[in-house]
Parts: sequence; structure tokens; C-alpha cells
Amino acid sequence: MSSQSLVEVRDVNFSYDSRPILNGINMTFPKGKVIAIMGGSGCGKTTLFRLIGGALKPNSGYVKIDGQVIHELDQNGLYEMRRKMGVLFQFGALFTDMSVFDNVAFQMREHTNLPEEIIHDLVLMKLHAVGLRGTHHLMPAELSGGMARRVALARTVALDPMLILYDEPFAGLDPISLTVVGQLIRRLNDALGATSVVVTHDVQESLKIVDYIYFISNGVIVAEGSPDEIQASDKPFVRQFVHGEMDGPVPFHYPAPNYAQDLQVRN
Amino acid sequence: MPVTKILRIIGSRTVDAVWRAGYAARFFLMILVYSGTSFRRFRLTVKELFSSGVMSLIIIVVAGMFVGMVLGLQGYETLKRYGSESALGSLVALSLVRELGPVLAALLFASRAGSAMTAEIGLMKATEQISAMEMMAVNPIARVVAPRFWAGVISMPLLAALFSVMGVFGGYVVGVVLIGVDEGSFWSQMQSAVDFQHDILNGVLKSLVFGVAVTTIALFEGYDAPPTAEGVSGATTRTVVQSSLAILILDFILTAFMFRGD
Repeated sequence: MSSQSLVEVRDVNFSYDSRPILNGINMTFPKGKVIAIMGGSGCGKTTLFRLIGGALKPNSGYVKIDGQVIHELDQNGLYEMRRKMGVLFQFGALFTDMSVFDNVAFQMREHTNLPEEIIHDLVLMKLHAVGLRGTHHLMPAELSGGMARRVALARTVALDPMLILYDEPFAGLDPISLTVVGQLIRRLNDALGATSVVVTHDVQESLKIVDYIYFISNGVIVAEGSPDEIQASDKPFVRQFVHGEMDGPVPFHYPAPNYAQDLQVRN
Repeated sequence: MPVTKILRIIGSRTVDAVWRAGYAARFFLMILVYSGTSFRRFRLTVKELFSSGVMSLIIIVVAGMFVGMVLGLQGYETLKRYGSESALGSLVALSLVRELGPVLAALLFASRAGSAMTAEIGLMKATEQISAMEMMAVNPIARVVAPRFWAGVISMPLLAALFSVMGVFGGYVVGVVLIGVDEGSFWSQMQSAVDFQHDILNGVLKSLVFGVAVTTIALFEGYDAPPTAEGVSGATTRTVVQSSLAILILDFILTAFMFRGD
């Protein structure tokens, strides 16, 4: 593993019971970069995300973060590693019984012995970075979807992680929030010197902010490259995905018996 | 239906039930193992004591009062036939302290606080709050589940005691104030009939056991709920049904051990 890569995914195979999900995945995430993992619904990208976070174990192969094989760590080792990671869940997953302030302060209070005055200042700085310092007294239920996502982002970077994982950060956002969240992902990554992995199917927003893209389909990597390479790609799957074409390698129709036969058409 | 299919269904349901019981037992052990946080940071447990204990006060106080009043009325009617109305105090107090206090308070606790615990934990799971906590290297059993467990275990005997106190007061209001049973004999009979160790401590022990059973079932159902609306509603129903049955079955077993032959 080169000293410049933070995450290494090697020959990872994974299946739920007997249903194969991922098949021989190889990826390298260099330090300081923002990487997108893209693919249609059910292609295995969330599974890959969980494998990187150590929530699942691969059937074979390994995921190495900062030189350590994730599935070989015991619970203490895994928790130690997770303290250096930040994860943004699809809909933010803010703790609904805590205020915005307490949500952002959560990890600081759990993992550090910082005095409350310092936590206060740190939380306001993190909230300021996502433009929501004024919401610190609100409860999550009082926030819009886009604001909740930004608060969750502030909470994700609360302890200045070295690796930030984003699970569908753009899902269900309006165009303004979409741009804001996209730009924040890029800016926070660069400001913290972190490495970010964005699991998404939002092509246009991702192409603007990421350094490298992996396309997954049916559990294998079908294409990879920089945003320019992806946009110029003539691979049928990439073209269909990037341009949102209805039919192509990913068929419009779910496999079904002969149409005429189904409708009992008689000749 | 062919016999083999019936056998297969019975077999798979039995295996499922045993598997689930094992999972629940493991969950219970995990709560005990990770209970340190609940006491080191007692503030977390106090917060849950408020939502499960204090918020159940109204239902416990009102229900206890009315159960005591009914006991006063029914007890008087029966005792009058034998000319022993003066024993009303001991009848009301013994019924409440030994049986009705712990059992009814636990049933009310299961429907008021147990269902709320299940729904809350189930929804936390459905909205990925539990996963988020795990990814932040915070153990959800230690941080979310164990404080709720201890809050339930601590508040259950207190609520049962309050239920009994309100019941005795209700019995007094109906028996002495409204019907006119002699006040002196009401209290003195009660005092001589109720033994601290045999009646009151056994009642407290019962409610402690019910507290452990109800909160474990409620927390397990919430933690194990499928992360969907249907899953959480099903888990909430199961909490109330299973807790109620567990309370009544455990009550029989405990009563058989505590009060046999007297």
C-alpha cells in the first residue's frame, strides 16, 4: 500500500446468505481526495459503504484503512478506528431527543474530557462552518431536510476525522441545498485534510466536486476515472447512467415472460 | 395440508422461537455487561427515570386510587355478611401490597412506559440513529439501552408502592369516610395484619422482578424491531402482550414461592 492512500479495498467479495452482492471489488482512495462510488439502486454500493465502516465483514478479501485490516479488528480496535472516521447517513440520523447543539457536541462529550466552555466554542465553530450557528438551540424536528443534513455534516466532522463517509448525501434535497451540501463536502474535506467517500447516484452534483469516480453495477466495478474521463466515456453503462437514458445496459423492463403470451393474445 | 408441511412449519417456528429466546437472553446479558455507564453517568439514567417513572405518575396515582375505592366497596359488602367490617383495612392493604399493587402497576407500566420505550428505540433504529451512534464509536447498548433498563427497574417498585399507598387511601375514603367503618379499627387491623418482611418486602421483590421483565421485553422488542413503520407498530404490540403475560405468569410463580400455605 502506498503511503499516499488511506483506504485500500482488495478483492472484496460479499454475499447475503447465498445472494452475491459484491464480486472482486478493488479500490484505492488516496489521502486528501473526494471519491464517489456510483451505481443504480441495489447495485451494492451501500453494502460497500458498510464494509468500509466495519459494520459488515467481507466473505473474502479485505478493506484496509490507515494500514489496518478492518474486519480483523476487535470491538475496541474497531471503535478506536471509528473515532477517526465520520459518517453522514442518508437522512442525517440526528438524535431526535437532543438539540442541534447537543447533537454536534455528542462525540466531544462521549470521547473527550474537554471542558464545557471549549465544547461550546467548538460546536458553534462547526455549526458556523455549515452556516447554521443560529440554529443551535433548535430541535431536529424544527429543521428542514437540507438544514438537518448540514447539521449532521457538522456533527460528522465534530472530531476532525481523517476519513469521512457519506451515504447518499444528496438524496431528497432541493437544488439550493444540493449545491450547498456538495460544496460543503468539498470544502470541509480540503480544510480538514481528510479523505471523503461519497456513495451516491446523483451524477451531476458529484461530477462537480469529486476527484475520482467508481461505477458499480451488479456487484462489480464497470468503470472508473476522473470526472472528465467519465464525461468523455463511451462505455454504454456510463453513458446511460451519466445521461439518465431510459434503456441501455440497465434495461427498462424487469425480466418477464413474453408480453403477448402474458396478455393471452391469440393469433 | 400434507403432514410433512405441518411438521416443517412447527419445526421452523420452534427453531425461530428458541433462537429468539437465546438472542433475548444474550441481549439481557449485554445490558448487564454494559451497565457501567448508567451508574458512572447517572444523569443519563435520571433522564430516563423522568420519562418512564415520573411521566407514569398520573396513571399510577389515579388507577391506584380507584382500585382502592373499588376494593373498599366490594370488601365491605363481603365482610359485612360475616360481621367483620372492621377487617376492611387489612383486606384492602393485603390485597394491594401483596398482589394488586405490584401486578397492576406493572401492567400499567408496560402499557404506558414499556410501549413508549419500544417505539422510541424502534424508531431510533429505523432512522439510523442507532447505526450512527455505533459509527461514532459509542456503544448503543451502554448509551441508550442500559440507562432505560435501570430507569425501569428503579421506578417499578416505587410506582408499585405509590399504587398501593393510593389504593389504601382510596379504600379509606370509601370504607371510613363514605360508608362509616370505624376509623380506629380500620387502621389498627391493617397495622397488625400487614407484616413488613412477609408482605411488603415480598411485594417490592415482585415489582422488581416485573420491572426487569417488562423493561427487558420492551427494550429487546424495540432493538429487534424491523426498521419500518409496520415493524415498529408490531414490536410495540408485542411488548404490551408479552409483558402482560410475563407479569401474570411470573406473579403466579412468585406467589407460589412467597405465600404458600398461609
